Formats: sequence, structure tokens, C-alpha cells
Amino acid sequence: MKLPTILLSLAALTACAAFVPVPAMSATDAVDAKPYTVKGGKVDMGTYKGYLYYGDQCMRCHGPDGLGSSYAPNLTDSLKSMDKEQMQNTVINGRKDVNTASQKVMPAFGTNEDVVENLDNIYAYLKARSDGVLGRGHPEHLEP
Amino acid sequence: MRASIRHVLALSVCAASCVAALGTAPALAEDALQKMSADPSQWVIPLGNYSSQRFSDLKQISTGTAKNLHPVWTFSTGVLRGHEGGPLVIGDVMYLSSPFPNTVFALDLNQGGKILWKYEPKQDSNVIPVMCCDTVNRGVAYGAGMIFLHQADTTLVALNAKTGKVVWSVKDGDSSKGETGTSAPLVVKDKVLIGVSGGEFGIQGRMTAYNIKDGSKAWQAFSSGTDAMIKFDPAKTMTMGKPVGANSSTSTWQGEQWKNGGGGTWGWISYDPSLNMIYYGTGNPGTWNPTQRPGDNRWSLSIEARDADTGVAKWVYQMTPHDQWDYDGVNEMILADLPVHGKMTKGLVHFDRNGFAYVMDRVSGKLLEAEKYDPAVNWASKIDMATGRPVLVNQFGPGVQGADHNTKGVCPAALGSKDEQPAAYSPTSHVFFVPTNHVCMDYEPFKVSYTAGQPFVGATLSMYPPSGQQNLGNFIAYDANQGKILWSDPETFSVWSGALATAGNVVAYGTLDGNLKVVDQKTGKLLYKFKTPSGIIGNINTYTHDGKQYLAVLSGVGGWAGIGMAAGLTEDTGGLGAVGAYKQLSNYTQLGGVLTVFGLSD
Repeated sequence: MKLPTILLSLAALTACAAFVPVPAMSATDAVDAKPYTVKGGKVDMGTYKGYLYYGDQCMRCHGPDGLGSSYAPNLTDSLKSMDKEQMQNTVINGRKDVNTASQKVMPAFGTNEDVVENLDNIYAYLKARSDGVLGRGHPEHLEP
Repeated sequence: MRASIRHVLALSVCAASCVAALGTAPALAEDALQKMSADPSQWVIPLGNYSSQRFSDLKQISTGTAKNLHPVWTFSTGVLRGHEGGPLVIGDVMYLSSPFPNTVFALDLNQGGKILWKYEPKQDSNVIPVMCCDTVNRGVAYGAGMIFLHQADTTLVALNAKTGKVVWSVKDGDSSKGETGTSAPLVVKDKVLIGVSGGEFGIQGRMTAYNIKDGSKAWQAFSSGTDAMIKFDPAKTMTMGKPVGANSSTSTWQGEQWKNGGGGTWGWISYDPSLNMIYYGTGNPGTWNPTQRPGDNRWSLSIEARDADTGVAKWVYQMTPHDQWDYDGVNEMILADLPVHGKMTKGLVHFDRNGFAYVMDRVSGKLLEAEKYDPAVNWASKIDMATGRPVLVNQFGPGVQGADHNTKGVCPAALGSKDEQPAAYSPTSHVFFVPTNHVCMDYEPFKVSYTAGQPFVGATLSMYPPSGQQNLGNFIAYDANQGKILWSDPETFSVWSGALATAGNVVAYGTLDGNLKVVDQKTGKLLYKFKTPSGIIGNINTYTHDGKQYLAVLSGVGGWAGIGMAAGLTEDTGGLGAVGAYKQLSNYTQLGGVLTVFGLSD
């Protein structure tokens, strides 16, 4: 419920800051903006943190480098069809697929400080992996 | 508190001597089990016998006849998750359990495996994602006419072995805090023992004994905590030949970190009836970030020897003080009377995750030998025999290198040189047959906060085979007396199946790509193999029915081993990219729990 207010005030802040004329960003640019920066194989600090917290919180089910395991999906595939909001909703609230053929349960990470704080970073890392611009393994980071 | 422990001790000593004086043993499950486990036609204890030797006196299947093996019947559990553990055979009935939902089946061997009864517990599916590494269950236990199931949600349930009806049921832990059940129970005398899983969720690990009669709690001993909680007698519990002293656990943690101290007890339990002692190991301390928990973090990563009646510790030995690698100490404790330094010794042999094979005097807890059983091991150069502590190689210590630093090339990886998959031991040749992982890692620790029921890890890692090598596993024969590998069969993937050795001079194991293999104990030469429906992470058992010997194994890939199934492992950081590094298990096998029983052609 609080989210729209925060978004609105953020927009107001941005508007206030924009005293100096800057090139206007079109709606399409905003949608296309990548959540990560990858230069020469190195990633921005946010994406780097995303890698770390992925390894910390997600890897034991979703496998190394987001590639899935015998019991959880490959996220580099999932993010090809799932948008940021859907992904983050799933992380915060969890998901269940339990029937006679499947016993898949994604836990709700909504109370997990480390995950909540790094939600955008984890998305950035997985999106970079999913877009094929970041390879497997431990990335190096650009200078903060 | 200490006084009450003494009181209990005194009582049990009295009880034991009174019974001895009367000269009549009570009708305890242990006596029956002890006798039953000596009968090789049955498989009555998860690891074969109380000594966890996984050795059978049967010899119809031998070096000469193994080539005539073939599958004779199969059975699907209907579950796709990782199938660890293995079946029990009690008389003419086989009992096995599946991963979540933990269905137990009783199969009639007189009727070709017909289902006599089936028990499926109702469990909250929210337990699934708090099981660290798949929803495995390492099998049921038998005792006093009952089958004991340790469910994912930590419920211990006693079932009538004939009917499958619930006799009693008790909840051991709280899965909303990340406490889960994966290990097989062990029945000892009038009690049934279970551990707890959840080292990645900041639990406080413990071993608990329940009275077999009604499921009431007999004793509980934590892995970390006050002397009363861990059931240590500061003056009498020994470590490295000395009393542990007061506050031996709490003094090795910062503040009250021991409350989330980990030390899961998710491995196997052994028992020596003549000493009345149980043996098991404890898991990793909570968090995987060593810089966040200064101190030795006792008694994580330790071998614990306890009085079976009271739970009070006789001795303890911490293999890896201040863990920096996730080297859980829970692997099986093999009790073996073997020559050490030219002297027959009541030994305990343990192949630890950290890559060292430890030989202890199981009476006193004295450390006798500790040698690497995979030459790739590099985090420590050796174990200092005077102090019992590993001599660390700083370059490979993520805690030494510090948080937010990626420590590269550490061997073994967090999987360990060996995980829970139990080894076998031949009491005639004194040789151990060990399924191993041959994997290294990069490890970066960083700060993590604790939230109940949420992962408490604080490290990320990448895994790959040792530099320039292609195989991720080996199946080895090991002489603990000489600390020497006698032979080593390389395997494409980690060997994650429990081994079986028999008097027929053969040893059997399964592979992650799904092959059951039977090899010669002397040479490791392959005698027979068969590709089962899925990768094998279960343990191989043997029994006879109508006078014929059979081998039985669950296939069904998954578990920690299944983590690399889809991905394969990453290229090694040296850029030496071994050919094998990109091998994907999913190119070899798919999911599905199936029991396969093998027999000899007539």
C-alpha cells in the first residue's frame, strides 16, 4: 500500500532535481534500461552483490550460476519470460507447486533482510546471466 | 544442573549393575537387533550393523559369479526427488522410505515385492524449501516389532511393522525455524535416537533419544551450549587425553552465537554394545562466514562419543576448529578392531568431509592417525598429532583471507572429499572402500543476518575439479593402518552412493550417472555393471531370500549431488578448463525413484 506513495515522492524528487535541462528520457528508454552494467566481463557493484547473495540464498536450490538443479528451475530460462515484478513477487511471497507428480516449494523471503535489501541486485545478476552477457562463475567487479 | 547429570549417571549405573547381578537381560530391542544383524540373510540396521561396517558374510555373489548378476525385480517409489539411504530386510519383508512426502513401503519378498502396507504421513509442504539440499530421507530403522520413520518435518513416528499402523508419534523440532529431518534413526536398547538437520538455517544441533515404548524423551544433548545442554562433564568428558573443563563450548563463541551454532547431526550413528557408547559427528557451525563467528566454535565439526543410556559425553574430538569451508563432521563412524601401529586396537575410523581419514581409539578418544585420503586436499598440510589441530595453509583459508575476498582453489569443496555416502569395511582384510568426491572450490564469505527459518549462510562458492583433472569422483580402497590408498577407480562424477563389501571379495557401489558397479576388493577391477533408471545416491544392501543372495539399491538422482545436475560444474579458475568440467549430469540421467534388486542367474 505504501509503494505508490514512495514511487510518487521519488518522482517528485527527481522532478525537483531536474532544474538543469537534461535530455528527456522516453518511455521506451526507461523500459529498455538494463539493471546491470557489464564491461569487459566486469560487473557493477550492484550486480556483483547480486551474485554474492544469489550464492548465499538461492544457489542450494537453483544451482550454480542460476542454472537450476534436479529440484528447482533454471532461472536464466525463467527470466526470459518473467519480468522483474513477477520475479520479485515470487521471491518475497514464495510459490507452491505440490501435487502427486511434483513437490516444488519456493519459500517466502519477505522477512529475510539480506534478500529484501538485495532484491534489485539479485535481479540484476540473474538478468545479466539470462541475457547472456555474463558468463558462469565468480565475476570481477568494476571499481565502486 | 551438573548435580542432576551425576544423579542420572548414578541411577543408570545402578540399573545396569542390578540387571547384571540378576543375570537376566531385559527384553531389549538391542539384544534382538544385535542377534539379527549377525544374520547375513537380513539387513536390519541402516548401515548393516551397529559398527556401521556395511559388510556382509554372504558370498554367493563373488569375484567368480558377479558377472552373472542381473536385475530381477524393480519397484518405483513414485517420487522424483533424491533417494538417499536404502532398504531394510526383516525376515521376508523389505521396508523402504521415499523422500518427501516420506512414504514408507513394506514389500513382501514372498510375493515378488507386493505392497503389504504403505504409510504416507501428512506434512506441511512448507518444510520442503527449508531442507538445505533436496528433500532426502536416509531410511527407516527397525526395533521391537516397529518401523521408525524420521520425517522431513522432524516428526519421529513408530509404525507397527506388521500393519503399518501408527503406534506413537513425537515432534522433535520446529521446521519454521529451519529444523528438518533427513537422517535415519538408530534403535539402541530401549531407545531410538535421531539427529536434526538445518546447519544452513542457524539451528542449534542436537542428538535426542526417545523411549521406544511410548516416544517420551529420554535424553537430549546439544552440539553447542552450556555444559548441561551439551551433556558434558567438565571433569570427566575427555578431549585429546584431557578433561574438557567448564564451559568448553560457550567459551569458544562470541557472545551467545552458540544459540545459532549449527552443529547439525544429520549423519549416521554407530553403537558399541560392549562399551555401551554411541558415536556420531556434528555439522557446520552457523554461518558459513567465519569472520562473523570468531573462536573454535565447539563442538561443531566434532566426533562425539556418548553413554547410550544417559547421553553424557565420554569423549569428544573437534576435527576442524573454526570452520572456514563447510566441512561437516557428520560422516559415518566405522567401528573396527584393526591393527594400528602394529597393535590390535578398538578403533573408530572416520572419513571426514575435510579430506582426512581419522583413526581414533574408540574407548579413550585418543587420536591415532589422520591422513589425507585424496591427494588433492590442500586446506591443511597435516594434522598435528600432539594438539589434534589441522596445520592450516593460509592461502586456502577464507576466514584468514577475510570477508569480501574470493579465496580460490580450495580442495576439497564444501561437498567434502566425501559426504554422507557411507564407506564399507572388510573386517578380514581391514581395508576400507570409500566413495569420494574430487572437487575444489572458490569461497567468498560475507556478512549475513539471522532471521529464524531463513538461510543463514553468508558465503558464495563455485566448484570445479582439481586443476587439470577430469574426474569429479573416485572410488578408493584405503588402508587406515598405513594411511595409504591401495587402489582408486576414477569416476566421471562424484561417487555419492553407499558402498557394500561382502565375504565374496566383491565391493559394490553406485554412480551418479546411474550405474550399479561390482568390483574386485583386491584390485578394483570391474566385474559387473548395470545402468539403473536414474543416478544412484542410495546405499547398496544385500540379503538372501529362499536361500539366494540379492543386492538392492535405490536410484533417484538428487540431493546435494543433484545441485550440479543441470549446470555441470564451472570451469576451474586457473583457466585450465579440464574437459570434464563441463560435463552435465543431465546428459546422462533423469529423475525418478526406483528400487532395483539384482540376483544371480540359475
